[in-house]
Parts: sequence; structure tokens; C-alpha cells
Amino acid sequence: MTNYDVVVIGGGPAGLAAAISSEKEGAKTLLIEREARLGGILKQCIHDGFGLITFGEKLSGPEYSGKYVDMVKKTKVEIKTLSFVTKIVKVEGGYNITFVNRDGMNYVFTKTIVLATGCRERSARQVFIQGTRPAGIFTAGTAQAYVNLNGKMPAKKVVILGSGDIGLIMARRLTLEGAEVEGVYEVKPTPSGLTRNIHQCLIDFNIPLHLSHTVTKAFGDERLEAVEIAEVDSKMNPVPGTERIVECDTLILSVGLIPENEVANELDIPIDRKTKGPVCDQQFMTEKDGIFCCGNALHVNDLVDYVSESADEAGKHAARYAMTDKKYVPLEVTKDFLYIVPQRLNVSADMKEVILYFRASHDMNKATLSIKVDGNEVKSKKYMALRPPEMERLCLNFEEFGVKEGSKVEFTLTERGE
Amino acid sequence: MSSFNSICKKIHEINPNFEVTEREFAKGQYCIVLNGEDDKWENILKAGQYAVDKKYLGVINDIKLKGFKDEPKLPKVHDDKYDGMTPDVLIIGGGITGCAIAREMAKYNAKTMLVEKGYDVALMTTSRNDGNVHVGIDLHKGTQKHTYLMRGNKYFEQLSKELDFKFERGGHHIYLEENWEKKLVPILELKAKKLGIPGVYYVDRDEMIAKYEPNFPSWAIGAVRMETGGIVSPYKMTIALAENAAENGVEFAFNTAVLGMTVEGDKVTSVKTNRGTIYPKVVINASGTYADIIADMAKDRTFTIHPRKGTDIILDKKCGEYVKTTATKAPFKRYIDEYIFKKKDGSHSKGGGATQTVDGNILIGPDAEEIPEREDFATSRSSLDAVFKKQQHNIEKITYGDIITYFAGCRAATYEEDFVVRKGINTKNIIEAAGIQSPGIGCAPAIAEDVCKWTSEILGLGKNENFNPIRKTYPHLAELPDEERDRLVKENPAYGEIVCRCEQISRGEIEDCLHSALPIFTVDAIKRRCRPGMGRCQGGFCSPLVVKIIAKELGVDECEVRKAGEDSVILYHNTKGGIDND
Repeated sequence: MTNYDVVVIGGGPAGLAAAISSEKEGAKTLLIEREARLGGILKQCIHDGFGLITFGEKLSGPEYSGKYVDMVKKTKVEIKTLSFVTKIVKVEGGYNITFVNRDGMNYVFTKTIVLATGCRERSARQVFIQGTRPAGIFTAGTAQAYVNLNGKMPAKKVVILGSGDIGLIMARRLTLEGAEVEGVYEVKPTPSGLTRNIHQCLIDFNIPLHLSHTVTKAFGDERLEAVEIAEVDSKMNPVPGTERIVECDTLILSVGLIPENEVANELDIPIDRKTKGPVCDQQFMTEKDGIFCCGNALHVNDLVDYVSESADEAGKHAARYAMTDKKYVPLEVTKDFLYIVPQRLNVSADMKEVILYFRASHDMNKATLSIKVDGNEVKSKKYMALRPPEMERLCLNFEEFGVKEGSKVEFTLTERGE
Repeated sequence: MSSFNSICKKIHEINPNFEVTEREFAKGQYCIVLNGEDDKWENILKAGQYAVDKKYLGVINDIKLKGFKDEPKLPKVHDDKYDGMTPDVLIIGGGITGCAIAREMAKYNAKTMLVEKGYDVALMTTSRNDGNVHVGIDLHKGTQKHTYLMRGNKYFEQLSKELDFKFERGGHHIYLEENWEKKLVPILELKAKKLGIPGVYYVDRDEMIAKYEPNFPSWAIGAVRMETGGIVSPYKMTIALAENAAENGVEFAFNTAVLGMTVEGDKVTSVKTNRGTIYPKVVINASGTYADIIADMAKDRTFTIHPRKGTDIILDKKCGEYVKTTATKAPFKRYIDEYIFKKKDGSHSKGGGATQTVDGNILIGPDAEEIPEREDFATSRSSLDAVFKKQQHNIEKITYGDIITYFAGCRAATYEEDFVVRKGINTKNIIEAAGIQSPGIGCAPAIAEDVCKWTSEILGLGKNENFNPIRKTYPHLAELPDEERDRLVKENPAYGEIVCRCEQISRGEIEDCLHSALPIFTVDAIKRRCRPGMGRCQGGFCSPLVVKIIAKELGVDECEVRKAGEDSVILYHNTKGGIDND
């Protein structure tokens, strides 16, 4: 099993930035990506507007992620693509990660993890569109993958529900590819996407935007034939009597993104109900020690520049956390001990009043406890008798004993004899 | 007053223009026949229900709904692919009943063919239910439902072993809320005894929590446990039956709809389809919601199907722990509210339940709604809300945000509310396996046994000595221990390439489905076989990849790949100058 300081899960814009900043701190870093190529969703975002803040220029998605891919390749970050994390288990000092790829099952140990798993799109049934389930209902991202990655057109006459940025971008993209976009419908009274996208994707192409409207029903057994559209009231409920039928073969949904948190859920990491991502501190560490989260897995960002920014921070702090993590020293005990608690000492913390509990593993008479630091006895204590049912307690000042990073701390028990 | 007169009186109270007649079907055996027209489906339905009487073979309700045309949805293809074929046995319908019969028929020395109008097996009612292998506590002794369930339920361990599909006998539970309900438990136990159902007993709250349902609802005082209840994936079981049948030589004809039959004397001599005329020796009618139409073609119709729609909701796997078996709330309180206090809660009357599917999701529902269309699978907000609100009581933690999808199906109910599993009456070479609704899954193996026994008697068939009862499914790697998974990936690296991230389905598993004994090359068929797209993203990420894999396997352009049926086009054409850059 290979050991790492930091394992970054996800090779999109967040994961790339996190891996780069982690490695810059000197941490041994592994990046795991489930797809064949790095770049995440940016691979299919061929429109421009990325990187104004980070690079001061308007880049396309592949150009933006390409810059990071180039950067990461110049570092010592190890990269595993077409690799999928199947299990994470908390162990002493970090986590064991299992991932599967074409080589088989792989096992690594890491001190810290950066979750950079991005987000997913809400689907038709998840926004309670009723009716049938024919072909022709796509989330905006899926349609974008068909058009920009597979090079195939999934649409002729299109209705778009939701004015989120991907929906707006797809309105333009499909129009450029020869489809007719009948209109964009938004359940809220205001558009969800960036103002620049309303202008560049809808107004410039004469695509109408209908606010306070939603799609309530889909028709068609095989391919979509029409949708039912209704006005909504101030609580976003459809107003009876306002329904109208719009013929179309395609319904594109841009109705919200949800942070992907399957890994976090399995580790019982507390999730914020508003962001749907993990609760974190200013260093982007979740409430689980050593697990960091960034980008759209943490909360859905409007600009990729902020995704990279949070990832940059998360990667840096994960690395630092991993590096300082070395300052634990184990408390070694002989077979005469049943156990000792705590099992290890955090030497970077206060060690002046450390309370220890132990039990002997068998009955011992007139026993002497001896504590050695780096071979030198620093403390001994005499006991009349030690028995496994009786727990012993000590309060020790390890600072006085000179315990520091890398120290060897040994506990022994010996019987003094008659 | 004779029962006929009393039926007439009741029906004429609904609509005096309804025509009620007795028709002699066979010597001394009568059907009751209704004709006329009404503009309310509920009136037509009520007339059919009033006409039920044990002295008749069944109700033939031909009352028309004004403005409604009862038109089957037919495949578009027209060719002569199966023209002139002469199978010994022709099964009509590829649902669980038809496929169970096909597999059972393979045990005999006969040439068997199954025609299905859809593009795959398990498309209609079979894939649109909760997968429960029922206990049968609600049944009446001596009905076909009861007889077949008592026999069929016992076959599931063996079947699941032979055919390699998941079956879990976790038991079904009826949750009790009030102490007085507990007093009714002995009555239920007595009924179970009468019906021949073992393992029905009361379990108190603490034991329920400790042994069966850690998230037992706060209001429940205990439950009636029924040990014989189980669950399968209804479509996976049907696919397993069909694949084993295919491996043993049964021919499956998809997109093939029966359009008519020639009956000469007491025999069906030919069956006309959109893909040619078939000349079978025996015809088996397992055509679900269309069974009365098919029976009519064979001059063997003694019943009427009135479709009853139900909606089921699937919840995210992260809710999987909320219900571990199958749970319903005791209906006692509702009965009292409805029948004594005449209080109705306004929702659909049938309760449905909550169940953990074999794949670890929670399924809730179904409700019940009488409709004239035989395959109206459109969902509605009112059904969704009715099902959700009812089950929110049983599973207290669920929210609308946990819903990942929902779907509707139509039960093939007869007015007698029992199955019609029998030999032809006037027509000697047809066998009916009709009117199959709940508990149809649990009954399917026993129905198949009888139907095939009768068929073999008609044809004088011997046993097929080469019958192989074992069907191996493709491995589902995410469920295997790491060492086993590692070994399989090393044998086939495609098993290590995850395509569907929600359900952890690899390319290798999808390719396996495309190489099975009965491969169906569509996105939804793959979804039912190995689950890419069944998870919380509902195929958002994986469907472009699945389309690619299918296209590659078939050696066709991605635009040729369909979601489901022949017209369910996903992609129209290439983008401008678009090329595949992968």
C-alpha cells in the first residue's frame, strides 16, 4: 500500500487546483479521476468566459482546465485517471482509500483527503414534471455532452426549463447547431443565470424568456411530443387554468445543481442543509479531521475562478495538516499491558498535564512502571499489585520528559520479586 | 327476484340505457354482457362491478365511453420476419406470466415462441410494481389468486437459485397504531390458518426495532409479522426467466403484436401479427391489460379487463435504512373511518406500502385509479402527493428531496377481481393466463406450471431431457468483496472502468448485458438489466457513455441507438462538422 500526505478525489477544476497547491506545499499528492481525461465538466464547456479573475482573460472551458492540466503535469502529483473510489475507511493517522480501475482494486493510505467531486444536475422527476418518460428529456449538461463531446444533436425543437447558466448556454449552442429554441421558462420571477448570459445567449438570438412559468407535464410515448407549461403563483405553484401545450421534441432542464456528496455521506461528514455540501472551517476542513472539501462539491459556485480559489486553499491546508500530522508519537507498551489510553501523544499540543489510563494484562505483584524516552528512564512508579480488572490512572508532564517529534516513548512493567 | 333481474335493476339505476343480456357461451354456461354508452368511466365501471355474479362465467362489459377510442399502441414495424412459422406453442405477452410460461414450456419437448409487442420483456405491468412476493393475507380462500399464491410463493428460493436473481424473504409487516387493533390480531392469525399461510404473528415494538425495523415509526405499538413475504426485482426476475427460456430454445419475437386470429371449428389455426402470420398448435394468452381483446380474437372471451393505474415512487438509496422489509399500516382504522363514520380522506382508496427493493432503494406506493386506457403510464401530481403523504406516515424521515423518480403502471383487473387461468372453453387450443394483477409475481411460477401441463396434455408432449434450469447472471461488481472484484477486473479490465457513478456500474457489466442470451440494445433495457441510470442522477452522467457503448457493440452510429422503443430517438444527426473526439 502506497502512503500519501494528500489524496484529491476528482480531477475537474477543483481537484486540479487542490492537487497543485498541495504539492507546492511539499506534500506527497495523489489525484484520482473517474473519467479518462482530466478537466471535469469544463471539457464540454466550449463557450468562453472562464478565467477572467484568475488569468485576466476570457478562456473556453477546455482552455481553462488545460492550463491547470499543464500545470499539474509539471508537478510531482501522481495522477490516476479512469479510477473510481469505492471505499474510504478511517484508520490511525488518516484514511485507507480503495479505488478500482482497469488494473484491479488499488489500496492507498493518506493522511488527508480533499473532496473535489463537483456537483450533479437535478433531473426532470426531481422537479416533479409529470406525464410520460419518453426520449428527448435531457438535463442541460447531458445535452451539452452529446453535442460537444459526442458531436451529436439531440434536439430539433426545444423547450428549456430553468434559466441557469448551462440552460442559457445550451439555448445558444443548440440554436447555433440549427435547432429551434421555442423559449426558456423560469419558475422564479427573476432569471437564475448571469446577466451576461441572458444577453449573449437569449436576447442576441431572439429567444424569449418566460419568467414565473414552469413545465408541468411531458407528453409522448417514444420521443417527446409536447410539454404542458403553466404560470406559477408567488409560491411557485402552477396556477390552474393557465396551462398551455407547446409542441417540441426536446425538453432541456437547467433546474439546479446539487453538490455530489456520496463520499462525504459514507464518512458521516455533517452536511449543511442549505449548501448541501459539508460544513467546513476557514481552511476548508470538514468536521471530520483531515477531510477537506472544495469547489462545487462544497457549494455550487457561479464562476469557475472561485472553484479554483477554494480548491487552492483546501489543497494548501490539507497539505499543511498532513505535514504537521507527523508530530504524533505512539505510546509503546509491553505485553504486560492490556492497553493504555491515549495510544499516542500529539507533541504539537500542550503536554503538561496528560492523563493516562492503563490496565495490566495479568496479575502482577510488587510491580514497577517505568517510562523511557529515547532509552532513558524519565519516570518510575511502584505498585503493590496490578490486576486487569483494576484500571490505573496517571497524570504526567511529557514536556518535562523532553518528548518531541520523533521521540520513542516506552512503557514497561516489571515485577520486583520477593 | 332472480339475480339477473336484480343485476339489471342495479345497472339501470346507473343508466337506464345500458343493455344487460345473458349470453350462452357454452352449454349451460353463461356470460353477462353489457352494452351501451356513457360519458362517465365510473358509471361503466360500476355497471361492470354490479354484473359480477358467481353463476356467470364472467362479465363482458362492452359499454363504450363517449369520445374514447380503445386503441392498442402497436409497433410501427411491418415485415414478414415471422411469416409462416409453425411453433407448437405461441405465448402472447412477455410479462412475468408469459416469461414464466416460456421457461416452464422449455422443460417440454416443444417448439415454443413468445411474441411481445414491445421491444423487450417486462415492459408493462411487470416492471411497474413493487416487486412484492405476497403473503396473501387479504385473499379469499379458494380464489385463483389464493390457490396460485400458496403454491407459487414456495418456489422462490429454488427459482432465485437456479436463475440467479435476487430474492429476499424478509417478511412483510402490518404496523399497528392502537391497542384495540392488537385485539384484532388473533382474527388475522385465524384467517392465515384458514388460508394455509404459516408464520403470521404479533411482534411488539421493542422486538420490531431490535430485529426487523430499526426505524419503526414512533406511533406504532407493534406489528403483525408475516414471514412468508418476500421481494424480487420484478423485471430482473422476468429477464432471468426469459434468458433461461431463450437458452433452452424458446424463440422471442419483439415488436410483434397480435392483430387477429383465424378460428376454424374449435381451434385457432393462425395468428396474424404485424410481422407475418404464425401457425401455432396451441396459443397461450398472457397479454396483460390486452388479454380480453386477445381472448375475443380466439372466441374465448368470458371476461373484461378494466385497467387500474398505480403510481410508485423510488427514494434515494441513502434512505435505504428507513425500511428494511415491506411495511403497510393496518387498514382497520381506515375501514372504521370509511365504513362506519363515512369519513374519506380524499385520497385514492388503496394504501400501498413501503418496501426496500433488492437494490437497496425505498419504493413507496402504489395508489389505485380506475382508467379507460390500457397503457396510460403518465404520472400526475395528485397521485404522487397521495402516495407520498400516505407513506410519510409509515416512514417518518422521508422528504420530497429524497425522491429520485416515480412511474405509473396499469393492473390488468377483471370485474371478478380474480385471475382467469384456464383452458379454452369453446376454443380448445387456447389457454388463458389473464386478469393477472397483484399477487401476480408470487403466482407466476405456479400459473406457468398449470398452463404448461395443460398444453402438454393437448399436444401429448414429453419432457425435454436437455433442459438446463441454470442461468448465470452477469456479476455486479460493486456488491462483491474486494478480492473477488480484483480477480474479475484482472480477467476483464472493462470491469474496472466505472461508467455509472451513482450505481457503480462498469463498462464490462454493460457489455455483459449486450452479450446475454437475450440481448436488447437500448438504453432502458440496459438500465433494467444492470442499472446504469437507475441512481440519483438518473442517467445524467452515464447516458452519453451508454449510448456510445451500445453503438460500438452494434457497429452502428450513435444516432441509431434508441432509449426504449423503435421511435424513441435520442440523437438526430451529427453536429455541424462534428466528429467524435474521444
